[in-house]
Amino acid sequence: MLSNVLSWIIFLPIIGAALILLVPRNEKQTSIIRWISVVATGLQVVLAVFIFMKFDRNTATMQMVEQAKWIPSYNIEYFVGIDGLSVSMVLLTALLSFICIFASWGIEKAVKGYFALFLLLDTGMMGVFCALDFFLFYVFWEVMLLPMYFLIGIWGGPRREYAAIKFFLYTLFGSVLMLVAMLVFYFNVKDPVTGGHTFNMLHMMDQTLHQGLLSQFNVRLLVFAALYIGFAIKIPAFPFHTWLPDAHVEAPTAISVILAGVLLKMGTYGLLRISYPVLPDAMMYKPFAYGFVVIAVINIVYGALCAMAQKDLKKMVAYSSIGHMGVVMLGMSGLTPLGMNGAVLQMFNHGTVTAMLFLLVGVIYDRAHHRDIEGFGGLSQKMPIYTGIVMVAFFANLGLPGLSSFISEAFSFLGAFSSTAFNLRVYTIIATLGIVLVAGYMLWTLQRMFLGQLNPKYADLPEINGRELFTLVPLAIIVIFLGVYPAPVLNLLEVTMNNLIVVMKEAPALWGMQ
Amino acid sequence: MDSTAVAISLKDNISSLSYFVPEFILIGLMLVLIIVDITIKRESTPWLGVIALIGSVIALVAVFAQAALPVTGLFNNMLAVDPFSWFFKLLFLGSMILVVFLSMTSLELAGRNVGEYFILLTATTLGMFWMASATNLLTIFIAIETVSITSFALASYLKTVKRSSEAGLKYTIYGTFSSGLMLYGFSLLYGLTGSLNIVEISKILASSQPHPLTLFVAVLLILAGFGYKIASVPFHFWAPDVYEGAPTPITAFFSVGPKAAGFALLIRFFNTALATTEDGASWYPVVAEVNWPQLLAVVAAATMTLGNLIAIKQNNLKRLLAYSSIAHAGYALMGTVLLTREGVYATMFYLVAYYLMNLGAFLVVIICQELIKSERIQDYRGLGYRAPVVAAAMTIFLFSLTGLPVTVGFIGKFYLLAALVRGGEQYIWLAVVAVLNTVVSLFYYARIFKAMYLESTDDLTLTRLQISPSALVLLAVFAVPTVFLGVYWAPLFDWATASVKFFAGL
Repeated sequence: MLSNVLSWIIFLPIIGAALILLVPRNEKQTSIIRWISVVATGLQVVLAVFIFMKFDRNTATMQMVEQAKWIPSYNIEYFVGIDGLSVSMVLLTALLSFICIFASWGIEKAVKGYFALFLLLDTGMMGVFCALDFFLFYVFWEVMLLPMYFLIGIWGGPRREYAAIKFFLYTLFGSVLMLVAMLVFYFNVKDPVTGGHTFNMLHMMDQTLHQGLLSQFNVRLLVFAALYIGFAIKIPAFPFHTWLPDAHVEAPTAISVILAGVLLKMGTYGLLRISYPVLPDAMMYKPFAYGFVVIAVINIVYGALCAMAQKDLKKMVAYSSIGHMGVVMLGMSGLTPLGMNGAVLQMFNHGTVTAMLFLLVGVIYDRAHHRDIEGFGGLSQKMPIYTGIVMVAFFANLGLPGLSSFISEAFSFLGAFSSTAFNLRVYTIIATLGIVLVAGYMLWTLQRMFLGQLNPKYADLPEINGRELFTLVPLAIIVIFLGVYPAPVLNLLEVTMNNLIVVMKEAPALWGMQ
Repeated sequence: MDSTAVAISLKDNISSLSYFVPEFILIGLMLVLIIVDITIKRESTPWLGVIALIGSVIALVAVFAQAALPVTGLFNNMLAVDPFSWFFKLLFLGSMILVVFLSMTSLELAGRNVGEYFILLTATTLGMFWMASATNLLTIFIAIETVSITSFALASYLKTVKRSSEAGLKYTIYGTFSSGLMLYGFSLLYGLTGSLNIVEISKILASSQPHPLTLFVAVLLILAGFGYKIASVPFHFWAPDVYEGAPTPITAFFSVGPKAAGFALLIRFFNTALATTEDGASWYPVVAEVNWPQLLAVVAAATMTLGNLIAIKQNNLKRLLAYSSIAHAGYALMGTVLLTREGVYATMFYLVAYYLMNLGAFLVVIICQELIKSERIQDYRGLGYRAPVVAAAMTIFLFSLTGLPVTVGFIGKFYLLAALVRGGEQYIWLAVVAVLNTVVSLFYYARIFKAMYLESTDDLTLTRLQISPSALVLLAVFAVPTVFLGVYWAPLFDWATASVKFFAGL
């Protein structure tokens, strides 16, 4: 079993989903289904811990690789493996999936369908982070769309139909462009062994194997742009971000957590896994590099301003995600070791922090049945424990030193600032404005909701319960621990990211660029 | 013609008969149906379907027996037996068997005299067999007319239903008109070359350098006939009315059978008469000035875009599927513009995928006609809770029609796009148009599963609907391969690859 640990961690949820579909109709059905989901995702966490222990931090090569022929006539393979970049995302996915099962305990409507779809989504996410064959990657990428559509559309809020189809159309639009880009790669990268075509991502990363259309610079730029749109929609980068507030607000709590915690990371993961190493020259092509940074800065500042203007707590958290993903992009843009490591660390930290935030929104919504920031007040008097956890999450979100996001954001900003590539300094300085804005709206929200006079309507609001604490406390511990000692995650990705930078820096010379 | 030539030609005709067994079986089936229908009038109704079913299965076995036959010209090269026609014959019989099965339980046909119905259906299948194997302009025309005329009657089979009669009339008018255009195109081609045999035509065109404009006009006119059969823009106007008005099993049949036959004819005609090949891997236009591949590319792009855009507005599911089938003809056409083997077998693969997912969707429509007595999308509300299996199967078919993994529809689209990207820079625009169309198509397919699962059902009583076991089995027959071939499709791909072998010699 441990020799193909990645296959297990990918397909365990599918096995769980199949079992769930077989559960007969009776009065115990609901609890059996829940516990099957707990076991499936729990085993995933165990496997993730195993991977964490066994992962070799001193190499940038792919580990725990499994490779098998799938469709030989088209050279499509089942090829999975992880490096420092994917391992952090695999850990995050396993953790959040497990927690979200508990956050979904309150689902009453069509329980069987909900958990089966959730586990299918889980498989899709794991698959994306492990796949090293582009075709396989694409299949997993698209497999996530169906469960996500239904999870938002059936179990979501009042405007769920609109939000679900908007999410679906946006992401499909992005991924079909990726499909065309994938085919251009396939036909213009030579398999070093057979001389034929290949979907193998590792071969695609080898610039010397590029031929045909891929040896034309303008084609490379076009392909990069197609891929970028696909990934930017997922991130979501301005101006492709408009699906996000709708989807996040309408989705049930657990699904918002997965959306913000894992799905958004796929955009930046895709950039780092595919766009950067396969088309480094296009990434470093000046207009593109500038555009990339400008979008990152817009994401940070615009995201923060939008968040500040929101009256709905969940929408505020959603917009704050846009800002924080901007930080990831900013960190990635300078190609400095500090920035790149900071960006991936920020992907991980944002996953945990934003998961906390959405879970906390869910807690208060389950009690008050609304999320209007102005409608609360003085909650700290009635719910001290809840307020304490909110403080951790809010301060982590605004990047308070001692909490995880501070380190990753500082790395990202410093990394970008120290880059000599182009006027990155100026952009970084503008982007830091975003930090101030984030602090502003987080503190303002804290004040309006938790301090001051207690709203008499909520005089008998019950305190956070054990199940909710169980979902939040592990995340809080991780947030505090990584804030003090980020090395466990940083060690995982350092070698891989530094290697990626080396590869990137070599590329312009290879393609005759300045 | 002296006596030796007559003797040779006669000998060829007689020796050809042994290759003609499946067609004989279909003809025999028609005769048996006629006799049974006349002799044992009313009570025979259930038996007619059974006889048609048995006959078509026997024909299927006979076609299977021809698997290993070499590429052969029949009846002095009027028809051909080759792996290409073999592939399509299996597809036609597959659709015929399903449609017979559906017709036996169809509510629309209940109480009507179905004798002629099955006879016409068998005759249509016979015509499609000829369409897939015709290698002579005359046999092409006869084959198309056999299919058309029987189809007119089938479309208007519900004589007492107004929209069915309307369907029949529209089908006839458009059909006759486009046949006339095509015939004129044939006559121009004959005038240019002096031959009716498509292989000979190609050779003469290559050596004689005909006037490009005349040839272009001829190609355009012939395309009218083929375009009508596959319902491509601008010869698609009949499709929605016919699909909506015809009995639903026949609609299902029209959307796959004659369409696939049209593609068979189109591929064979364009790649044999108007193109030539040296290595068998790729073709090039026999007359370089007549750039018909680009013409077909434009037709493909227009067909898929128009089909998808109009489908958005439809509220009747049969009509929506009619427009979506126009769009799918546009996708399948992409493979034929490339003049490469990859393109041709991508089209063939797509037709099989389309056979599975589209017939599956129509199957659900037929089941729902019984369950909820409606074809309107808004009446599908709550179906996900009232008939979970049917709704789940429909969702699979719709995802496949959209082209999302892991379904056979995705693989089909993948191969078409792959062939386009491979085909060179000049076709990448078509690939981009196709993928953007996919996004548009999601919008209207989503309306159906949105109705089934998402829309509020507070005003409905969600009682479970009873579904007959035979319907469940049929659903599984289509849904399981739709998913399975989306995960592992190598056998189907190999079959399509092996079947791109035309009759090319004389």
